[in-house]
Amino acid sequence: MSDRALAVVRAGALTTVQDLGRPGHAHLGVPRSGALDQPAAALVNRLVGNPPGAAVLETTLNGCALRPRSEVTVAVGGAPCPVAVDGRPAPWGVPVRIPADALLEVGAAVSGVRSYVAVSGGVTVEPVLGSRSTDLLSGLGPPPLTDGTVLPLGRPARPHARVDVVPQPRPPVELVLRVTLGPRADWFTPEAVAAFASRTFRVSSASNRIGLRTEGPALDRALSGELPSEGMVLGAVQVPPDGRPVVFLADHPTTGGYPVIAVVRAADLPAAAQAVPGTPVRFVAVRGR
Amino acid sequence: MRVLPVGDEALLVEVSSGEAAQALHAELLRRRAAGTLTVREIVPAARTVLLDGLRDPSGLADRLVTWKIPPVPPRAEDAIEIPVRYDGPDLPDVAALWGVPVEEVPRIHAAADFRVAFCGFAPGFGYLTGLPDRYDVPRRATPRTTVPAGSVALAGPYTGVYPRSSPGGWQLIGTTDSVLWDHARVPAALLTPGARVRFVPQEFVPQEFVPQESVPQEFLPQESVPQERP
Repeated sequence: MSDRALAVVRAGALTTVQDLGRPGHAHLGVPRSGALDQPAAALVNRLVGNPPGAAVLETTLNGCALRPRSEVTVAVGGAPCPVAVDGRPAPWGVPVRIPADALLEVGAAVSGVRSYVAVSGGVTVEPVLGSRSTDLLSGLGPPPLTDGTVLPLGRPARPHARVDVVPQPRPPVELVLRVTLGPRADWFTPEAVAAFASRTFRVSSASNRIGLRTEGPALDRALSGELPSEGMVLGAVQVPPDGRPVVFLADHPTTGGYPVIAVVRAADLPAAAQAVPGTPVRFVAVRGR
Repeated sequence: MRVLPVGDEALLVEVSSGEAAQALHAELLRRRAAGTLTVREIVPAARTVLLDGLRDPSGLADRLVTWKIPPVPPRAEDAIEIPVRYDGPDLPDVAALWGVPVEEVPRIHAAADFRVAFCGFAPGFGYLTGLPDRYDVPRRATPRTTVPAGSVALAGPYTGVYPRSSPGGWQLIGTTDSVLWDHARVPAALLTPGARVRFVPQEFVPQEFVPQESVPQEFLPQESVPQERP
């Protein structure tokens, strides 16, 4: 392997390779995948001089540790966390130079769930259907990182950004998700639709890249029976038989048979990716544009 | 036809039957190929087609209801042939549900002309229609925790082939060596919505007619070899 490589010293709870995903294959049953917090992934790529489609690492709650085999520039963003290079504190959210064979430690998230690590040149594992993203539902793309994994890196395209401070949104204390009701709101009782759009739910610890699960009032159906399988979109709020809404995230199944009560605005999904279990969630119905 | 808005950039078009959904899907593909429809995803399903990644969903919704949808066009290309060993553990149950002797199930199944109505569940998993309505079967009451890759299975009006080992509740009637999904292959999916499919029973040599002593192990019928899959 060339010296443009990154050794994984500590993989963390769940660290995956992510880029813009592989939209356009839903008719074959292929989820779109891609970074859950797309603005954070795009920002760290810009900071290190990568194009927007370069693959980054997405950590989950407890970070990771990496050792580049050559000098690289990295930027860590998304969920705020301590960063250290060879044991010395380094800044979060700006480009940082890492000497060859130095240890980059991305610590546990202080708030939020997912930190993003961009490395100059990007992670260049073999793409599958045009994307390097790990898809946890269907198993496409590279498997989640394990200790000792060595990832190939590309050649840096441009110099890193010259910045001192970059504002980034804070992970949500309360998650407010704007939704457009439907397409299957009529499968629920008027009381259930009213409760959905007014009551407070909480983020469940069973949430993952496939969906943000919630706990709260169960939503009763007006119609019983089975809905024939139908296409599902990113942000769809599906309600399984237990009545607890699930917000579909990047690795969601492309078809499903539970009714979708509403769809979350795409602009609100990055915050959903950063909501820790227990965070209060409110769904606010807005008119379709 | 009912057109339901889905969020800000998608439409779910609901029609009255699976055939109508396949006809609508074919028409949407035709319009996209002709350059008169710009859309990121066209996802057919049982009674619907989802259009995702639209610039002006409400404008399209108004136009859609005025379209004349021709019936499903006959496919010019040959059917994809899937060789099957009809050796599934649920053959007796399916035979009982159909009210036919077990040996009739492969004959009936292989005689049907299938079409991929839609895909989902896993990359490369197609929901195939083509059996007459009277052969609909329920899912198994208790799903299996593992269904081997290549299993040919029935549920409701559909036939499906498991692209990889996974849990599943469908009735298993056979196995195939066809590779349903290979992301290193172009195209990765063997079955795509709208494709025609036929299941071809593999030569079955009844064991009592095989002089066992003289035949090397590898020529014995596959049914005698337990399938070990990842």
